[in-house]
Amino acid sequence: MAAGLDPHFTSLPLDALADAALSRAKVLGATHADVRIARIHHGEHRLRDEALESSSDATDLGIGVRVIHDGSWGFAAGITLTADAAAVLADQAVAAARISRPLTSRRVELAPEPVHVGEWVSPFRIDPFDVDDAERIERLVQLSRSATGPGVDHVTASLDMIDEHKFYADLAGSRTVQRRVRVLPQLEVMATSDGYHSMRTTNPPAGRGWEYLLGEGWDLDAEVAQLPTWLAEQVAAPSIEPGRYDLVIEPTNLWLTIHESVAHATELDRALGYEAAYAGTSFARLETLGSLQYGSEVMTVRGDRVAEHGLASCGWDDEGVEAQTFDIVRDGIHVGYQLNRQMAYEQGLGRSNGCAFADSSGHIPLQRMPNVSLQPAQSEITVSDLVGKVERGLYVTGDKSWSIDMQRYNFQFTGQRFYAIENGEIAGQVADVAYQATTTDFWGSMEAVGGPSTYKLMGALDCGKGQPGQSAPVSHGAPAALFRSVNVLNTQAEGDHA
Amino acid sequence: MITEWIEAGLAAATSDECIVVVRESTEANLRWAINMLTTNGQMHHRSATVIAIRRTDGVGHAGVLSGPVAGEDDLLHLVSQACAAAGEAPASDDSAPLPEPVVDADYTEGAVGTTIDVFAEFAQGLGRALTASREVGTEMFGYAEHHVSTVWLATSAGARRRTVMSSGKVELNAKHADRIGSAWVGQATTDFADVDADALAAEVTQRLAWCENRIELPAGRYETILPPSAVADLMILTYWTASGRDAEQGRTVFAGAQPGTTRIGETLSPLPMTLSSGPGALPAPGFAIVEGSLPGMTSVYDNGAEAEELDWLRDGVLAQLPYTRAAAMDSGQAFAFPSDNLTLDAGSRVTLEEMIRSTTRGLLLTCLWYIREVDIASLLVTGLTRDGVYLIENGEIKGMVNNFRFNESPVDLLRRATEASLTEGTLCREWNDYFTFTKMPALRVPDFNMSTVSKAY
Repeated sequence: MAAGLDPHFTSLPLDALADAALSRAKVLGATHADVRIARIHHGEHRLRDEALESSSDATDLGIGVRVIHDGSWGFAAGITLTADAAAVLADQAVAAARISRPLTSRRVELAPEPVHVGEWVSPFRIDPFDVDDAERIERLVQLSRSATGPGVDHVTASLDMIDEHKFYADLAGSRTVQRRVRVLPQLEVMATSDGYHSMRTTNPPAGRGWEYLLGEGWDLDAEVAQLPTWLAEQVAAPSIEPGRYDLVIEPTNLWLTIHESVAHATELDRALGYEAAYAGTSFARLETLGSLQYGSEVMTVRGDRVAEHGLASCGWDDEGVEAQTFDIVRDGIHVGYQLNRQMAYEQGLGRSNGCAFADSSGHIPLQRMPNVSLQPAQSEITVSDLVGKVERGLYVTGDKSWSIDMQRYNFQFTGQRFYAIENGEIAGQVADVAYQATTTDFWGSMEAVGGPSTYKLMGALDCGKGQPGQSAPVSHGAPAALFRSVNVLNTQAEGDHA
Repeated sequence: MITEWIEAGLAAATSDECIVVVRESTEANLRWAINMLTTNGQMHHRSATVIAIRRTDGVGHAGVLSGPVAGEDDLLHLVSQACAAAGEAPASDDSAPLPEPVVDADYTEGAVGTTIDVFAEFAQGLGRALTASREVGTEMFGYAEHHVSTVWLATSAGARRRTVMSSGKVELNAKHADRIGSAWVGQATTDFADVDADALAAEVTQRLAWCENRIELPAGRYETILPPSAVADLMILTYWTASGRDAEQGRTVFAGAQPGTTRIGETLSPLPMTLSSGPGALPAPGFAIVEGSLPGMTSVYDNGAEAEELDWLRDGVLAQLPYTRAAAMDSGQAFAFPSDNLTLDAGSRVTLEEMIRSTTRGLLLTCLWYIREVDIASLLVTGLTRDGVYLIENGEIKGMVNNFRFNESPVDLLRRATEASLTEGTLCREWNDYFTFTKMPALRVPDFNMSTVSKAY
């Protein structure tokens, strides 16, 4: 059962504001203009040892007007939701475009897109903001108690809840209203009496409502109950011997490697250089599209904005482009980029595949990633099957530390738990592990992917990109997968100096 | 007008105590890539945060609501919601009495703003730089931003405070046509009056020239000069993890050897380094503004308390750690508010150029990127070098070296640094979205751990 749009949002004078801004932009000579009115409602609770550390409830509501005038972009944003103020924003956006014109050497044009009119609401059952603060906090207290056990010195619990409403209108005639709800509960336990150790839940943020905390989509209670045991195992775990290991990586860890080394690397704005001074560029250059051997033949990665409960799923993107699914890596070959309308036109790539997103009305839409997911094997291959192929290796679960360079070559990741694999069996935890690789070497070493039963939709609430900085939610699905001979570091040894 | 809305809000509050923070912000930005302007914008925003506090036996229960404020009704609605939230909120972990009230003389003054016109002179210089870059076959990328916020803060205890925060930055990145050679310069500013686009372009062009001779080096431990920007990024990360309460709980690199203790009083560096922050040499509000508690570091209950110039490290010795007023009372420490600026000074008069000249063989970095914690207990972090690693031999720059991934603890680097330069204003690279104002020295580290080679440029 899906909830609907919030009447408090739809009762705003959305059409009147759009009409005022678009008509003013047209009078001023804009060849394209779009209006976005967004309301982002973010609530959070933070608990430490069952006590409330912080709690907040913040709403952002405003209007942004973007124009193409004389071949240049202009943008202005404000918070006053009157027709007069909307028209003034159009004036300001055109003025900004005029300032830009002398410094714009290539005229901006957009890939065409059919006109869309409609509404879209993400699938959720219980609006988390309809749940009383007291009930939400009590649930976190309850989970904190479950996470307490021998050897646990501290427990932190947190909950983030986002309710996003967006209205979009453009000069071509598109008008859409959308609502997306997402939540992220997290629990972490810490042991401090024998050095510092921690263990966190691995559940992802989900495009779901309060029902997620009640067990729909993830058995949070079961995972939380295991945390003290896993923490105790980690405290007692031997330190890893650095070297080359085969890795069987769970989707709870692999999603972040996909995010950093595939999803960001195949953003066309990065490949072209638009992010060169900030987020960086990409080794996956446009000239090698269709021929770059990104990974092994079992690697197929798909972008989509339609996955159920996906954090990047929507009806239309922030340029009015309909949600789609497309291949990024097929059978190991790089075959597709993420596009927005400007870059799709600029590179002659046809229609945009709907990857524009702005995190508020106060920011311009950037080319942002859709849900980017590694496809599972069609046959049923279990984690045990993958582990069974390994004589000496590591089984990796849960994400923790991550870092990758500005062309998305060299990365280093840690995890929540690393288990030794010995002769095809999972043995106990080992500690102080990081795995490090170059992207194409790593994906080239992927010998097998798990089947559908190993597939999980993971993700992040706050992927950062752009200047001014913007934060985007995104999901990544992945099966478990087997990688051969990956460089493993001992993090204690890395930090040792005489 | 706004202060009248605030008075109406405080009067309407049904909670025992109430804090209202109104922030009015304007921002303008320019972004360019591949020698042309790509995006720009001008934004206006006004929001309020209301902290309604219910007291039971003196302990606070807080309702914290934030939202846009176009008029008085919006603020009154927030007050009503916050009071309702306080009514059902559990006791706050960071509960403290409201600070002693202070009334600023300029409290009732209006907002100060900015527009895209702030870039008028800078844009002309940028245009010259982009044209010149095009003519010589190189590429320029970058970003300029100016942001002005006016904040009014009022409490039911009588505080009436106002501050204007003006901050800006410019980053200029130049690349060879093959995008292998790459150089970066950045500058923080309050008003762009001190930004010389021509000078920045000349500096980045000179650094790009150093990249014409390309040298491959393997991973390993190298004598390395970290320039002020790189030092700033590492010190900011250290600062963000310096909560006194978390250290007492054994959760940070500043945890003491015994349970419940910290490393305050321990010598962290043999160099006479002083790390400080506050509303002194660099811009920062003179009082605490906390629109959402950052557990262990800042508390909404401290809104309006005096923010002072504080030494975190003095002559190489850890002097104090950030404490909220509640945590300070629990620990017998002083309230220590972490202002959003940071200065590291080792008292040196040596310039970076002199450090280069006195280097027999070593690396000079430009900046660091994608810095993330690997091990909280030691504050081991990993990250990448970016936009210029230069080989120094016999006191001269010999050329550009490939990039590296490093694994290092900033706290351990303080211990191992053998030389510092004079302290100068610098813009950090990794964290400059959040942290603009720093003054740092360059540091010489004899054995910096370049863990693996990065193929990225």
